[in-house]
Amino acid sequence: MNRLDKFRESFLWYSFKRDKVAIASLIVLMVLFLAAIFAPLIAPYNPYDPEMIDIMNSEIPPAWEEEGVAEFLLGTDSQGRDMLSTMIYGMRISIIIGLGAVALQAILGVLIGLFAGYHGGRLDAFFMRAADVQLSFSYLMVAIFMSAILQAVVGVAKFGEIAIPFLVLVIGLSQWPQYARTVRASVLAERKKEYVEAARVAGFTSSRIILDQIFPNTLSPILVLSTIQVANAVMSEAALSFLGLGMPIDRPSLGSLINSGFELIFSGAWWITALPGLLLVILVLSINMLGDFLRDVFNPKLYKG
Amino acid sequence: MTSLLEVKDLVIKFALRSGEVTATNGVSFTLEKGERLGLVGESGAGKSVTGFSIINLISKPGYIASGEVNFLGENLARVSDERIRSIRGNRISMIFQDPMMTLNPVLTIGTQMTETLHQHNPKMSKEEARNIALNKLRKVHIPSPEKRLDQYPHEFSGGMRQRIIIAIALLTDPELIIADEPTTALDVTIQAEIMDLLMELCETDDMGLILITHDLAVVAQVTQNIAVMYAGSVVEKGPTAQVVADPQHPYTQGLIAALPQSSGHGERLNQIPGMMPTLKNIPPGCSFNPRCPHVMDVCRRQNPGLRPGKNGSLAACHLYPAELVNPSAV
Amino acid sequence: MIAFMIRRLFQALIVIFIISVIGFAIKQSVGDPVRELTGISVSEEERDEFREKLGLNDPWFVQYGRFFGDAIQGDLGTSFFYKRPATEVILEKAPATLELVLVSSLIILFFSVPLGVFSAIKPDSLFSRALMGSSIVGVSIPVFLTAIMMVYLFSIKLGWLPSFGRGELVMLGGWGTGLLTVDGWLHILMPSIALSSIMLPLFIRLIRSEMMEVLESEYIKYAWAKGLSHRRVWFVHAFKNTLLPVITVGGVQLGVTIAFTILTETVFQWQGLGFMFMEAVERSDAPLLVAYLMFVGIVMVGVNTIVDLIYGLVNPTIRIAGVK
Repeated sequence: MNRLDKFRESFLWYSFKRDKVAIASLIVLMVLFLAAIFAPLIAPYNPYDPEMIDIMNSEIPPAWEEEGVAEFLLGTDSQGRDMLSTMIYGMRISIIIGLGAVALQAILGVLIGLFAGYHGGRLDAFFMRAADVQLSFSYLMVAIFMSAILQAVVGVAKFGEIAIPFLVLVIGLSQWPQYARTVRASVLAERKKEYVEAARVAGFTSSRIILDQIFPNTLSPILVLSTIQVANAVMSEAALSFLGLGMPIDRPSLGSLINSGFELIFSGAWWITALPGLLLVILVLSINMLGDFLRDVFNPKLYKG
Repeated sequence: MTSLLEVKDLVIKFALRSGEVTATNGVSFTLEKGERLGLVGESGAGKSVTGFSIINLISKPGYIASGEVNFLGENLARVSDERIRSIRGNRISMIFQDPMMTLNPVLTIGTQMTETLHQHNPKMSKEEARNIALNKLRKVHIPSPEKRLDQYPHEFSGGMRQRIIIAIALLTDPELIIADEPTTALDVTIQAEIMDLLMELCETDDMGLILITHDLAVVAQVTQNIAVMYAGSVVEKGPTAQVVADPQHPYTQGLIAALPQSSGHGERLNQIPGMMPTLKNIPPGCSFNPRCPHVMDVCRRQNPGLRPGKNGSLAACHLYPAELVNPSAV
Repeated sequence: MIAFMIRRLFQALIVIFIISVIGFAIKQSVGDPVRELTGISVSEEERDEFREKLGLNDPWFVQYGRFFGDAIQGDLGTSFFYKRPATEVILEKAPATLELVLVSSLIILFFSVPLGVFSAIKPDSLFSRALMGSSIVGVSIPVFLTAIMMVYLFSIKLGWLPSFGRGELVMLGGWGTGLLTVDGWLHILMPSIALSSIMLPLFIRLIRSEMMEVLESEYIKYAWAKGLSHRRVWFVHAFKNTLLPVITVGGVQLGVTIAFTILTETVFQWQGLGFMFMEAVERSDAPLLVAYLMFVGIVMVGVNTIVDLIYGLVNPTIRIAGVK
C-alpha cells in the first residue's frame, strides 16, 4: 500500500472528512496562504512603491461607504496606501514571521528534546532547568524588551531593516522549551519500549535510534503543538508591531496597520483598524480551529469510543 | 426464598463509533446470602463489565441492553439514579483492582471513609462515623488506626491500601461485596493475606462475595461456586471443587490443564491453541469452536446453552445433551 | 517539603541575579547618562569631570557592584525624563497596574471556575458547546484588538464608558486607588475586561480539560461505586484534583498578563507601569527601562516562586514525604 492509500484509510482523514469545521478552516487557511504567496499578482497595488502612493488619497473609506471609491476597494490608510493591498502584503509578512519563528523553535526544541530525553543525565537536567526558567518568563515580555533595547541601540531606521529576521529570532528562540518538553516526554515514554532495546542490542548508534525510531513517534504531538505555536507567533508579532516594536510603518504587518489606525477611529476612520483586525482574527482563528481538530484526532483517549 | 442476587440473561453492549458490539451475551447466575461465587475468565471475557453492571457502573459507551439484575427481588437495572446510589457503597460494596489508583490522592483516608458513612446516614455524628471507621480498620488488621485516618494514600504500601479499601467496603455492613481482581496489582505474598482476610470477613459477617478474577488458584481457594466466562458468555457453572477437579467444558478443561500444577516437572506447559476472539470477531455458533479439540459440525452452526454435564455442573457445550433447564440455577 | 522550598528559593535567587546582570548590561549600553543629565550646553571638560564623578570610568565589575548594591537598597538610578529617582516613579505608577491586574484576575477567577467546571460535567450541553466555540474565538482575538473594539463600541458609539485614564482617584497614603469611586470603576471596567479577554477562555478550557481528565480516573469511578452524591464527587473529589495543575498554569500566566498590561494600558492610556514603559521606550529613558525590568523581573520571579510553594503546600504528595 503506498503512502497515499495509507493516508486515505487513516483515522486522520476519516475524521477530517466528517468534521465540517476543520474542512472550512483548512480551506480558509489555504486561501489566505495562497493570497500571501501570490501577493504581487493578486494585490491591485504595490504598497511599498512610493510612486504609487499619493498622500492626497489618504483616509478614503471602503468602496461601499458613501465617500468610497471603486479603485480602493477597502479604502486607504493614513499614508494613502490601498488597504486591500497593504493588508495582503501585511498578512504575508505576518505569515512569514509566524512560520519562520515556529520553524526555528521547532528545530531547536525538537533536537534538544530528543537528545536530552534520550541521553538523560546532566545534559537533560541542565536543559530542563533552563526550560523551566525560560517558561516562567513571559516570552512576550522578553520579546518586548529585546525589541525596545534593540531599537534604542541601533535606531529606528536600522531596526526597520532587520525587523523580520529579528522578530523571527526573538519569537523563535523564546519558545523552544515548549517543543523540547513535549518531545522529551514522548522520548521518555518510547525509550522504555522494547523496540528501542532491540535496536540498541542490534548495535545501532544512539543517533540512528533517535532519528529513525523514536522521532517518528513524536510527530503527532509536534504537529498539534506547531499549530498552536504558529497562531501564537502571529499574535505575538501583531502585538509587537502594534506597540511599534515590530514591523515599521513603511512595511507594515497587520499589527502595525491596526496601530496606525487606532487614533483615527476617534475621527471616524474605522476601517484602517477594523479591516486588518478582522483579517488577523480570521487567520489566527482558522489556525486555532485546525489545531483543535488535530488535537482531538490525535488524542488517544478518543479511541475509547 | 429470594436469592441475594439473581442475574438473568444480562446483555451488555457498547455503542462504539464503528458500530455496536456485545460484551456479554445473556449472562445468568444466582448468589445466595453469604455465598462466595467466583467469576473467572481471561481479560476481555466480560467478567469485569458484568461485575460493574450489577451496580450499573459500566463506563460509557457501555450500557445494559436487556436482562435483569435482581438484588433481593429488586431489578437494579431499572431503578432510579437515586435508588441505585443508595445501594452502592451501602448494601453492595465494590473493591477495585489497583489500590493506588482507587484512592483519591488529595483526600485523607479518614475523609474517604467517613464520607461513605455520612452519605448513607446523613444524621450520623462525626464521632460515631470516626469510631466505625476505626473499627473497620482494626478488623482488617491495620495497626494504629487512629493515626492512619489523617494520613494520605501515598503514605501506605500497596497491601495496606487494599486493606483500607476492604475496610471501606465493610463500613456499612453490606450484604454483597463485588471484588474485581482485588489482588492482581499486589505482590504474591500479599495476595494470599488479602484473600484470607476477605474470606474470613465474609464468613464471620455472612456477606456474599463475587470474586472476579483470571487467577484460578485464588478462586479455588476462596469460593464455593464458580462461573467460567468466555467471550461474553458463561460456559460453565458449578461448585468450585467440582469444576476444578472435573471440568466439563473444553475451555475450562484447557484452563485447568494450563495451570503449572497440571504439568509435570520439566514438562512443557499445556496451552490452549489460538486466542480468545475480540468482541467484534466472535465466530458463529459456539464462540469456542475454532480452538476446541472436540469440535463438531453442530458447534459451528448453533450456540449451545447451558445444560448439565456429566457430573451435574452446567456447561454450554454440544457434548452434552440439551435439556430444558433453568439457566440461573447453579 | 523543606528541601523543596529551599531548592525553589535558591533557584529564584539565581534568576534574580541573572536579571540584574541583564539590567546592568542594558544600563551600560543604552543612552548616555552624562548627556541626559547635563544637557548640551556644558563643556567637554565639565562633561569628563562629571563622568568621573558618576564613576563611569571604573572597571565594569566595580560598576556592577555599585549597581547591585544600590539596587538592593532600592536605588535604581534616576529617570532621564522625569529627573526623579526611577524607583519613585515606579512606585507612583504601580498602583494603577496592580489594581488593573487585580480586578482582571478577579474577573477570571469568578467566571472561569464555574464555567470550566460546568462544561466539564455536562460537555454535551448546548451551553457548553457554545462556550467552547466562543472560547476559541476569544483566544484568537489579540488583547489590543479587543480593547480597541470595546473602546469603539462603548465609548465612541454608545458613549457609556470613558475611553482613557483612571478617573477619579482617592489617595490612601501613597496609593492612589480608583476602586473607591464610581467614576474610578467606570474607568477600570473596560481595561480589566480587555485584559482578561484572552486569559478567560484559556482558563475555561484548561479547567474543563483537566476536570474531564480527572473525571475519567479510577478514583472517581470508585467514588461513584461508593454511592456518593454528584455534588460530592464533582466538587470535592474531582475539583481538588483539577485545581492542582491549574494553580501551576495560573502562576505562569501571570507573567503573560504583565506583558498584556503593556498592550492594554497603551490602548486606554492607563497611567500604569506598562504605559510608563512605552513612554520610556520612546524617550530612550534607560534608567527607567532598567528599573522596570528589575521590578517586573522580581515580581515575576516572586510570584512564580510563591505559586510553586503554594502548590507544594496544597499537594499532599509533596507536602508529606511518602512513607513506604
